Amino acid sequence: MFDKRIIDELKTIVGADNVATDRQDLICYGYDATQMEFLPDAVVHPGSADEVSAVLKLANREKFPVYPRGAGSGFTGGALPKAGGIVLVVTRLNRILRIDTENLIAEVEPGVVTEQFQLEVEKLGLFYPPDPASLKFSTLGGNVAENAGGPRCVKYGVTRDFVMGLEVVLPSGEIIRTGGETYKGVVGYDLTRLLCGSEGTLGVITKIIFKLLPLPEAKKTMLTIFDSIDGAAKAVSTIIGNKIIPTTLEFMDHATLQCVEKRFSLGIPATGRAVLLIEVDGDRDLIEKQAARIQELIRPLGLVECKIARDAAESEALWKVRRLVSPSLRDVNPDKFNEDIVVPRSKVPDVIRAIEKIQQKYEIPIVNFGHAGDGNIHVNIMIDKSVPGQEEKAHEAIAEVFQAALDLNGTMSGEHGVGLAKQPYIHLELKPAQVAAMQAIKAALDPNNILNPGKMFPVDF
Amino acid sequence: MDPLKRVENELKKCVKCGACRAHCPAFATFGKEPAVARGKVALAQHLLKGDIELDDATYAAMSKCLLCGSCVEKCPNDVPTDEIVMVAREALSGQRGLTTFHAAVGRVIRNRSLMKFGAAAARILGPLFFRKIPETSGLRLRFPLPFVGGKRHIPPIAKKPFMDRHPEVIPGEPGKPRIVYFVGCMTNFCYPQVGEAALALFRHLGCTVIIPKNQQCCGLPGMSGGDLDTVRGLAEKNLAELERYEADYIMTACATCGGALHKFYPNLVGKRHPELAARLKAIAEKTVDAAQLLQKLGLNPEETGAGSDIRVTYHDPCHLRTRAITRQPRELLKGTPGVELAEMEGADKCCGLGGTFNVYHYESSLAINKMKSAAIINTGADAVVTGCPGCMMQLSDGLKQQRNRTRVMHTLEILARSIRP
Repeated sequence: MFDKRIIDELKTIVGADNVATDRQDLICYGYDATQMEFLPDAVVHPGSADEVSAVLKLANREKFPVYPRGAGSGFTGGALPKAGGIVLVVTRLNRILRIDTENLIAEVEPGVVTEQFQLEVEKLGLFYPPDPASLKFSTLGGNVAENAGGPRCVKYGVTRDFVMGLEVVLPSGEIIRTGGETYKGVVGYDLTRLLCGSEGTLGVITKIIFKLLPLPEAKKTMLTIFDSIDGAAKAVSTIIGNKIIPTTLEFMDHATLQCVEKRFSLGIPATGRAVLLIEVDGDRDLIEKQAARIQELIRPLGLVECKIARDAAESEALWKVRRLVSPSLRDVNPDKFNEDIVVPRSKVPDVIRAIEKIQQKYEIPIVNFGHAGDGNIHVNIMIDKSVPGQEEKAHEAIAEVFQAALDLNGTMSGEHGVGLAKQPYIHLELKPAQVAAMQAIKAALDPNNILNPGKMFPVDF
Repeated sequence: MDPLKRVENELKKCVKCGACRAHCPAFATFGKEPAVARGKVALAQHLLKGDIELDDATYAAMSKCLLCGSCVEKCPNDVPTDEIVMVAREALSGQRGLTTFHAAVGRVIRNRSLMKFGAAAARILGPLFFRKIPETSGLRLRFPLPFVGGKRHIPPIAKKPFMDRHPEVIPGEPGKPRIVYFVGCMTNFCYPQVGEAALALFRHLGCTVIIPKNQQCCGLPGMSGGDLDTVRGLAEKNLAELERYEADYIMTACATCGGALHKFYPNLVGKRHPELAARLKAIAEKTVDAAQLLQKLGLNPEETGAGSDIRVTYHDPCHLRTRAITRQPRELLKGTPGVELAEMEGADKCCGLGGTFNVYHYESSLAINKMKSAAIINTGADAVVTGCPGCMMQLSDGLKQQRNRTRVMHTLEILARSIRP
């Protein structure tokens, strides 16, 4: 338990209403989507960068951990208060400060919800493409800290590709600006890119300058059903090999389709072994041509059926297949480990085959779907934790899945990050010298190790 | 037995993904996790484990729920948070007694401002208001006297309640459906014109309409406060009353009452009372909303609703939306001569009434309602139309607070424009 003196100081900094110590409040800020749980000693809701700065200075003086938190929707425990201390919730900082239609940039605070930002810029005919599945509730600060992705990244890139500048409170409490408002800029190290995906270990983001694009005129959605995984995978490389980059190329394997079909009966033909949800966007004329060309290209690849949406409602109906995946998975087994490996897109069939072997070896159902266009596959290892031994088996299977991705020149995680959940495996991907370089940066910026300690690197690495 | 045991398996379904943060109207105003579904589920899990108490902080968190069902509809894992909150409230009232529950909620409220609540309420509403309303009426549950804020606009009480104006059985044409009408307190005492419209419409279709004399409050406001014993008592009385007549349908023109009969009654009794459970289920299956039934029976609003030009916007009551009744009222309105339907932004968002939520969190309830009022005003409609007298009261209150004169009407009032005297 915290010294009352520290609580009082925190209350002086952010106001008494914005410091909570009831056990109920601690519980409500001790979880995220990993289903792990740790209780902090206090929950603090700062209202400005200056307040964040004062809290971090206090943390350095009193040596307590500070865990920055947005919506708490992460999959790897990035926001979890692993060793007590305080959870620093930035959702009061939730203003869109400006949308500059001449320079196509916007400046926001970190607590703005991703979709709300998208809707606001779209009102002005502008476009912020990154679309993590949690966009209706995730915060932009969390998106930057975790470098979130999403289906549209195949064409537009990830969150990092849209961040031009930041205001950051360093672990010392110093407030700095990184990057800026210009597309070009080569003065000094690129701290902006360093902070994107730093999982709240190097600073607390208090402002973000985003690059925006003109909103595409139209989009076209197609649901294509193949008689084999290889056909679907081949379709991905064929489409892109023919110089068409769709907005999204979402993939669902047979196990996924069975789950969705069993629960929602959407009428996917029984001969379908894999599905690609393909969307193109741009000028109206161009996307009609692209859609026609895509159909022509994929027809010889074992195409069973191709449904093309004629309007927004039909498009939504096709997306429904994809959106129903997560709710359907629980029918396989109650607990899941949701991993998000990436391989070069031409290697998607290889990695799926490797995962099939792992599935057979461990006799645990593995359901694969995800963003095939950029080789990012969500590998869902479905277990029942109440069956003795299953969890251990799952961890062994996960290690093998990661190794399979790495063997194909891929990576363990494309979107979710390391946090706590992937720590046990990072030695598979990072060599000691790489980790040493990273830890040197962390130690230089956070000598007292107060900001999100115990994340990303295992203590004994 | 700990009531929370009943939802043990439901509690396990929540994976804390946070999707409810996008949809919970209470979270939108309070902005902190204990107000959102995921937080309440976490607290219920800890209550069940026994590592937090049924204390003031738990009361405060559990009271911040409108039971609107938005989170349940959007939950990827089908976690029934509305049910979980009701069970938690039952546990809370069971542990300390209902009055202590009210007192505890009162403490929470008094923290904010003792002056606002309490004294002013009794003076403004006056004993007259309550003298007209029977002990068991839901209105008493909706407005526990000491808590009603002075600012609230309460609809005037009808000089003669709806049910006192009509005989129990109003015969229709032979061979046409027999309909038992569950009127509900709000219609009976505050909005009798809704009852008159319902009567006119079903008589127009030749139906026999039966208004059982001894029907009670549906009990939903009590359920929202965790007073499950009262609700069970009311449900049993209503059951006997509704079973008294052979009916093809049990009709409600109040979304809340319909929700209670259709959705909540079947879950009221456990496996220990299979006979009672079966009877409640039978009632639930017969229960239909008035607009839903009118459409099913082929009402042509051209014959009943024609009138002067009016621009309306439609608000989805939570207790119709969660029963997937959203299309029918709109289609009927669109088919009514002279009626132009303009959709508002967020028509499916809760108005903020939320059972007794508005009593305990009047300011927040009003903040939620403010967004609703703005959306209504933006459409430039002459009237906002809805299918729930509870929503009607809340919408009127919100619009009056904005000093706006948009009328608040029930769908049936529009549909019956040309056949009512």
